[in-house]
Amino acid sequence: MTTVRVRFATLLLAAVPVAVVGVFFVYPVVGLVARGFWPDGAFAPTEVLDVLGRSRVHRVLWFTLWSAGLATLLAVVLGLPLAFVLHRLRFPGRGFLRALVLVPFVLPTVVVGVAFRQLTAPRGILGGLHLDGSAAAIVAALVFFNVSVVVRTVGAFWEALDPRAEQAAAALGASPRQVFGTVTLPALVPGIVSAASVVFLFCATAFGVVLTMGGLRYANIETEIYLLTTQELDLSGAAALSILQLVVITVLLVVASRVRRDPAPLQRAQSAARPPRLRDLPVLVAAGLVVAFLLLPMASMVLASLQQPVGWGLANYRALATPGDDNALLVPALVGLRNSLAIAVVATALSLGLGAVVAGLVSRRPRTATGRRVAGLFDGLFMLPLGVSAVTLGFGFLITLDHPPIDLRTSPLLIPVAQAMVALPLVVRIVAPVLRSVDPRQREAAASLGAGPLRVLLAVDLPVAWRPLLAAAGFAFAVSLGEFGATSFLARSDNPTLPVVIYRLISHPGALNLGMAMAASCLLAATTAAAILLVERLRIDSVGTF
Amino acid sequence: MADEVHRPGDGLAVCGLTVRFDGTAAVDDVSLTVPTGEVLAVLGPSGCGKSTLLRAVAGLEVPASGRVLYDGQDLSRVPTHRRGFALMFQDGQLFAHQTVARNVGYALRLRHVPRGQTDRRVDQLLELVGLAGYADRKPGTLSGGERQRVALARALAVEPRLLLLDEPLSALDRGLRERLAAELRGILERAGTSAVMVTHDQEEAFAVADRMAVMRDGRIVQTGTVSEVWEHPHDAWTARFLGYATVLSGEAALRLRALLDPGAGWTEVALRRSALRVEAQGPLQALVVEARQTPELVRLELEVEGLGRLAGVAEPGSDVVVGERLRLRVDPERIAPVPSA
Amino acid sequence: MRSRIRRSSRLVTGLAASTATLLALTGCAALGGEPDSNASKTVVVATHDSWNMPDDLIAQFEEQTGLTVRIQPQGDAGQLTNKLVLTKDDPIADMEYGVDNTFASRAVDNGVLQDADVDTPPSVDAHRLDGAGHDQLVPIDYSDVCVNVDDTWFAEHHRTPPRTLADLTRPAYRGLFVTPGASSSSPGMAFLLATIARYGDQWPSYWRKLMANETLVTSGWTDAYEVDFTGGGGKHGTRPIVLSYSSSPPFTIPEGATRPTTSALLDTCFRQVEYAGVLAGAANPAGARKFIEFMTQRRFQSALPDNMYVYPVLDSAEVPEDWSRWAPTAPDPYQVPADEVAANRSRWLTTWRDIVTG
Repeated sequence: MTTVRVRFATLLLAAVPVAVVGVFFVYPVVGLVARGFWPDGAFAPTEVLDVLGRSRVHRVLWFTLWSAGLATLLAVVLGLPLAFVLHRLRFPGRGFLRALVLVPFVLPTVVVGVAFRQLTAPRGILGGLHLDGSAAAIVAALVFFNVSVVVRTVGAFWEALDPRAEQAAAALGASPRQVFGTVTLPALVPGIVSAASVVFLFCATAFGVVLTMGGLRYANIETEIYLLTTQELDLSGAAALSILQLVVITVLLVVASRVRRDPAPLQRAQSAARPPRLRDLPVLVAAGLVVAFLLLPMASMVLASLQQPVGWGLANYRALATPGDDNALLVPALVGLRNSLAIAVVATALSLGLGAVVAGLVSRRPRTATGRRVAGLFDGLFMLPLGVSAVTLGFGFLITLDHPPIDLRTSPLLIPVAQAMVALPLVVRIVAPVLRSVDPRQREAAASLGAGPLRVLLAVDLPVAWRPLLAAAGFAFAVSLGEFGATSFLARSDNPTLPVVIYRLISHPGALNLGMAMAASCLLAATTAAAILLVERLRIDSVGTF
Repeated sequence: MADEVHRPGDGLAVCGLTVRFDGTAAVDDVSLTVPTGEVLAVLGPSGCGKSTLLRAVAGLEVPASGRVLYDGQDLSRVPTHRRGFALMFQDGQLFAHQTVARNVGYALRLRHVPRGQTDRRVDQLLELVGLAGYADRKPGTLSGGERQRVALARALAVEPRLLLLDEPLSALDRGLRERLAAELRGILERAGTSAVMVTHDQEEAFAVADRMAVMRDGRIVQTGTVSEVWEHPHDAWTARFLGYATVLSGEAALRLRALLDPGAGWTEVALRRSALRVEAQGPLQALVVEARQTPELVRLELEVEGLGRLAGVAEPGSDVVVGERLRLRVDPERIAPVPSA
Repeated sequence: MRSRIRRSSRLVTGLAASTATLLALTGCAALGGEPDSNASKTVVVATHDSWNMPDDLIAQFEEQTGLTVRIQPQGDAGQLTNKLVLTKDDPIADMEYGVDNTFASRAVDNGVLQDADVDTPPSVDAHRLDGAGHDQLVPIDYSDVCVNVDDTWFAEHHRTPPRTLADLTRPAYRGLFVTPGASSSSPGMAFLLATIARYGDQWPSYWRKLMANETLVTSGWTDAYEVDFTGGGGKHGTRPIVLSYSSSPPFTIPEGATRPTTSALLDTCFRQVEYAGVLAGAANPAGARKFIEFMTQRRFQSALPDNMYVYPVLDSAEVPEDWSRWAPTAPDPYQVPADEVAANRSRWLTTWRDIVTG
């Protein structure tokens, strides 16, 4: 009787996120892809299949795979030392640095594109490297945007690792490098695989970066879908590419879940952060170089924001509070910021609520093979929004969510919901690996002591999960603040968000406009950093000191 | 003792070691030695700093002052992995992603020992700890005792010059603990390994160690062979911690001294539960307050004339009833005079 | 034990229910935003992201008519058009503003629009499309997409700036020209159309020469103008010739100076005209008509240059002084008939992409 109730409650709980993702993701995407197969109401799959045979499509697929794969690899390699330094060492300014590292993630692609290109253009600081318009520039920009995903995801995981396993290995004679290779790295694998799959999806679906940095020489599946859908209205071609995208993602998710399967339960300890020692120097240097790589485009942005028509100063920032000289802005940038923050709060709450439920469910270990398979599918379902074209989703919304009771096509609430869809897999990816590594016997122990499922959650899961949950909250908030890329295809209200303001500023000539766009970007970056710092502060206060 | 100049070949020496956390000394000016081949138990209640001491010896904590030497060599600048020690944690800390055999062979692989040789050594060690046939199991499938034995085999694999054991048996149930303690002793003897074991369990210390150091609030209060410490506890606290049931002082102590050894000078004495035995001709008189049969003897709670309420024992099968008055003898082997502070 | 489990499962159920309620609420809110009874009082305008008209202007209209205007940006002109096509059976708005002459035929051919029935003065009518679109699309503004040059750069290097499209392929201007791409940028597309208007079927060979002359193609206007152009916002540009608008030069008047440092080549321009139209199946066609009428009147027209950087179609509208001095429009811009664009757009883009991306 009671187990039936519990099972029923679990199913009901699972039904909520499934329904949300079903309505706001699967239905719209399927709807638009179906239009490609039924171009004029009649089923005509041959057009779609023809597209798949084009040699251009093969080139596009190949570029997508290798650019995203290489960028993922680099993001992991560069992210690991930084994750170590920011999550296992304790030093003054750590919180600030953690926030700073997350900033690139929220910057509008078009601004970073300009900042990057000002560095790599023939007369830029890095002009000598001849990166401009090359595939290397695309990969570098992808890495720039995504290192923080690795730092954040792996860092949260690393922080929760019991350092005694490493100490046992060291005491057995393993050098620091051997300890890392034989104990730490294998224990981090679930976290790394999680982060890498998210990064790969982000890179494989990046379109702003590829368009801006590639200067049209390079195209990935996403830019191709973007061009076919938004410019050429070739829905058959877009459908073919969407299906290709789904195949790539499914393969990736299956591989990832194989690698990640059944991480052994870990002994968890309180934060093991310690002050840096001399032998950390190589790692510190590596982390410092990565930070420098992240700072360079940001610094170029800050410089541009301080550049006035004559000399240097804060004129661009002052201009943000007013509509601007050339009527560049009807709405002061500060109002845009307020709109952005309001949306971000809603999106964060939505994604955290749903994400916690999903993470809780996917981290359970079903006993039966069928149960495990269902859990695996469930897990994969929530990764899909990251890997499917934002264009397809945005246009899908238009043609599917058009009948009562869910005519949401023009609702301003669509934006936070869509952002929550993007943030949801991140939340799940950050929280689930940690929950999954909780020894199930702890839950059984709590249950045997008379704790109901909710008490088990509070007593066993929450103490482990609150850290990653807060990390995820910061991330979700950041995703929402920098939303322009993912949701620019949705209808928006005429209350512009800050990224929209930036886009408007940068799309018109005038040195003042460019300066104001850069200043607004710095404002966006500073706001994000402040939000992250706040989250970090909360994290520390709620456990006292450590 | 520790202030003596240390001679090479002497094994471990800890000199004036202090470890501080946020200004508080967790280990406070500790000095001790462990000659080669000897097993030292550091005995103390939880929180006394004994694990920190062990971690400092392993090189996992940076001391505020003092030195750790091995065979006369100062280890201050030697990182953990070059100290040639092996540390075994309370819960084993097996590498969950590796099989039992790979766990045991871990340190051998680090040293690039040829594979065949590693396999043979692993088999040998598993045999030694009584886990032959467990090679391919994952740690998650083992019982607590099995895990500890794997951890021990792993620690012994490279024949460390010093084995550091952090409450190696505490997590286990009593029966298993007793059995494993004896096994551990045998294994250490056969391997000829020096060891430092920290524990809060005196029985464990007695069963495994040659010598013992009692630790309290970060300081070593007493060292000596197991029997020395046992027979001459340093003070009342140590006596109680070692398992003496009662420490008598004042009048009661003087009365007992007068009875046993009028010439002695002590003013405090520790008594084990079995120090007072029912004997018809005994010099003391007592009223039985409580009596409980156990398989080996009858445990009594007594109101002893002139000494107060104390524990005592009677031969098994004796017919003692509550309220009965009887006479007692004091077993001099089961009391220990405590030096006055 | 039992009761505890039951209690918490009820809690879980409650949680699920409240999330469901939240979702329902979002649905309700969306519906509540546009209830049927108010349909005749609200005009929903689907437009592009560049919409930037002052609120008080709209407020005046609302006061005059008692209507409420809701602006709904929907991406760039291409996205706007495609969204309208996809939702034509159940339109997302009452009217559109922002479909231009390069996308007009797609909207018209797909039956997105109904006749606008708005009378306009002759200067506005002059910009109307031929054919089916004539009565459906009301011209609101136009802009000339032209090659711009950095006069300061040419003066400093003692070289003569180019004048025509043909000049751009001359060795003298090798590696000096940057343009946004036609497939990803609307001025980029306009430039392609200008070359098609100029060279007809021979345009691919012109583009091959252009690329051989080391022309840089960027994805968007921002990149080309702000990064690569020497006269733009960035200080690291290396190319003194850029594709932009005839209205760009006034923005390059330096602080304290009176003349722009750049100028537009009026022999290289393509004229982009933006239209408003009433959507087929609109809930409030009458309101939409009223707003379109308002858009063609002097007050709205005069606000266009300052806010949207475009020229008004109404000849009596005011144009800022800077503009009349430094941003003249092309006397004889290149044009390609809208239906021809619609018929060939895809093929042209494919050909263009093959040339440009090699």
